[in-house]
Amino acid sequence: MATGTAVDVVMPQMGVSVSEGTITKWLKQEGEAIEPDEALLEISTDKVDTEVPSPAGGVVQKIMAQEGETVPVGTKIAVIAPEGEAGEAPAEAPPEPATAEAAEEAEKASGAEGETPTEAEAEEAPPAPPQAEPESDGDGRREGKFVSPVVARIASEHGVDVSQVEGTGRGGRVTKKDILKFIESGAPARETAPAAPPEAPEAPAKPTEPARAAAPAGAGETVEPMSAMRKGIAEHMRRSLDTAAHVTTTFEVDLSKVVAIREGLKREYEQRHGVKLTYLAFIARATVDAIGKWPWMNAELRGDSIVVKNYVNLGVAVALEGGKGLIVPVIKNAEDLNLLGMARAIQDVADRARSKKLVPDDVQGGTFTITNPGGYGAIHGTPIISQPQVGILDVEAMVKRPVVIEDEAGKDAIAIRPMMNLCLAYDHRLVDGAYAAQFMRDVKTNLQSWDEAAY
Amino acid sequence: MAVKTYLQAISDGLRQEMQRDERVFVIGEDVGVYGGAFKVTQGFQEEFGSWRVIDAPLSETAIVGGCTGAAIMGMRPVAEMQFADFISCAWDQLVTVAAKQRYRAGTPVPITVRLPSGGGFSGGPFHSQNPESSFSHIPGLKIVCPATPADAKGLIAQAIQDPNPVLYFEHKHLYRRIKDEVPDERYTTPFGEARVHREGSDLTVVTWGAMVYTADEAAQQVEQDGLSVEILDLRTLIPWDKEAVLRSVQKTSKALVLHEDTRTGGFGAEIVATITEEAFEHLDGPVKRVTAPDTPVPFSPPLEKAFIPQVEDVVAGLKELAEY
Repeated sequence: MATGTAVDVVMPQMGVSVSEGTITKWLKQEGEAIEPDEALLEISTDKVDTEVPSPAGGVVQKIMAQEGETVPVGTKIAVIAPEGEAGEAPAEAPPEPATAEAAEEAEKASGAEGETPTEAEAEEAPPAPPQAEPESDGDGRREGKFVSPVVARIASEHGVDVSQVEGTGRGGRVTKKDILKFIESGAPARETAPAAPPEAPEAPAKPTEPARAAAPAGAGETVEPMSAMRKGIAEHMRRSLDTAAHVTTTFEVDLSKVVAIREGLKREYEQRHGVKLTYLAFIARATVDAIGKWPWMNAELRGDSIVVKNYVNLGVAVALEGGKGLIVPVIKNAEDLNLLGMARAIQDVADRARSKKLVPDDVQGGTFTITNPGGYGAIHGTPIISQPQVGILDVEAMVKRPVVIEDEAGKDAIAIRPMMNLCLAYDHRLVDGAYAAQFMRDVKTNLQSWDEAAY
Repeated sequence: MAVKTYLQAISDGLRQEMQRDERVFVIGEDVGVYGGAFKVTQGFQEEFGSWRVIDAPLSETAIVGGCTGAAIMGMRPVAEMQFADFISCAWDQLVTVAAKQRYRAGTPVPITVRLPSGGGFSGGPFHSQNPESSFSHIPGLKIVCPATPADAKGLIAQAIQDPNPVLYFEHKHLYRRIKDEVPDERYTTPFGEARVHREGSDLTVVTWGAMVYTADEAAQQVEQDGLSVEILDLRTLIPWDKEAVLRSVQKTSKALVLHEDTRTGGFGAEIVATITEEAFEHLDGPVKRVTAPDTPVPFSPPLEKAFIPQVEDVVAGLKELAEY
């Protein structure tokens, strides 16, 4: 959408609780031509890493924030000039046309998945008061509720996510009394990072940000700043340990049947559907099925209440390449997916996580998480729960092991079987050992007696 | 300490000021021989003589103009408008001369204008109004609206003592209906200090004059629904106790402003604007007004009842706010 006036590019609002973003890379330099919606830069926030598309076509007239710089949401970071006017100085030109067109874009974007918000949206979204995060699935309680000034102020002072508070006001609005009661009940502070299990790779290898308050380096040390994502993970992991009563239980699963079925289906999936059938898809499917029988695994403690979800939003931890951290995209309504759907969904979110095409909505609203460090050979782990969920399933490496089985004649025999450990960390505040073990027993049974027809 | 009516308290306060300060005199229509239309100055002429209790001709302009001149010459006049409504005739003297004299010439104008105001007894459009907001817009005037006998006495003394023109709105409906203990000795009630009529934690009602009692009844009713209402009686509108209002709103986060005057441009609007400007981040709901509608005051008793805010109107407003 070439426009007659220069268009400002601002740091977009990637999720309502995100207040700043770091420019990781300019994909275009000053003077380069750019198409509307062509990727202009890459940014990193504590929610997602993403590309920012250009709001307009023309020429990159001015870049106003350098790589590595962290700026508040809404800060002007570049100016796109209409073609042929790059030399002039219309930086302060009226933004109306751009805004109007961007608003149209925004409308389109809201219908089309996978697009990042336009700058106009970001400009219009006030960064300060925490608004109730709209959530379309579930009970609809959080949708579009007005947050009064006093509630916004209290929420920001106490770091409370208003959408987590039960509202008793008109139409379910959260009143001052509601939020004060919520805080008194010792409820957890606001979610600031996506679900992020603890098996995060070591700190980033390459510095991507300048140090804000650089710690002095000793001999033989190198110092680099934490990325926004790293900080988000750090804060989130620490807070989860401070919140939940973590217990881990480990189950051994014989995957012979799954291996056989996967061998049979692999080619068909690849050729007919273009989907790679992974063991993770089987395990996710078996887990979601078991959650149906053990709903507290998919619940949340909200104040003094146990909130059980009738939908499963399955978080799948994805390690980013190059040791840049990890991200946990969420497969919404995973209970609707059969094996093919699950395999496709996992592939989709993993691909988009690695290519930085996730949008904030992709990493929000998880109700249970699966993490998969087994791919690297791990055989046991004690994962950290992603708040406010109560369970995280750690998928370990499948290894061939000698196991004692009963042969057809009922005699004990030693056989070579593809064995896998599944480690479940659960929040003992809500889930007791027997409950967790029965849940895991059902996951195990689902996998060992995989019923093709049922999936 | 004795139980006195609101009217008796005003009368006592005025008498004490006349006894202690020879510069104080009263002037108005029928205030002397007749003792005033409502008998506030009954017996005054016998006690203080006709030079200090002056029956004036039917000219509010002359009364306020004369008071202004006398005040400039060092007297402490107390004018009575027979009904507050009639003060419109004295607008020019009050607004153009009295209110601006200090600013223009440096001379204080310590006059008190007593204004029997308010409705509730089928007085109709000329004998029931509450014109306080018109004058609140005029820099240089002070506005007093007592609700209790004790405040009525303390505020009349403070009004007379104040070096500025003070409009003293005395609510006719309270004259003989409201009785309470009033100290015998002379005292003054300071301007600009609201009175917490009732403490509460859920909702704040800001009001003054006769509406204090309407608010009180409403608060008692909603208390049965578990709502704790704080009532602030402003007592004086110019100056008004902004801090007390903001403090209360910070506590309750929900406020209702109640006045008997009509809505548009009423003093309630000023209070609401101040709350939203200065306590915005403490609000948990819209600041609500319960007022008379923008019409003249009707004669007809049912219509007048519909016009003046009633207990049930305040109850409805409070519940609406509580449920918000």
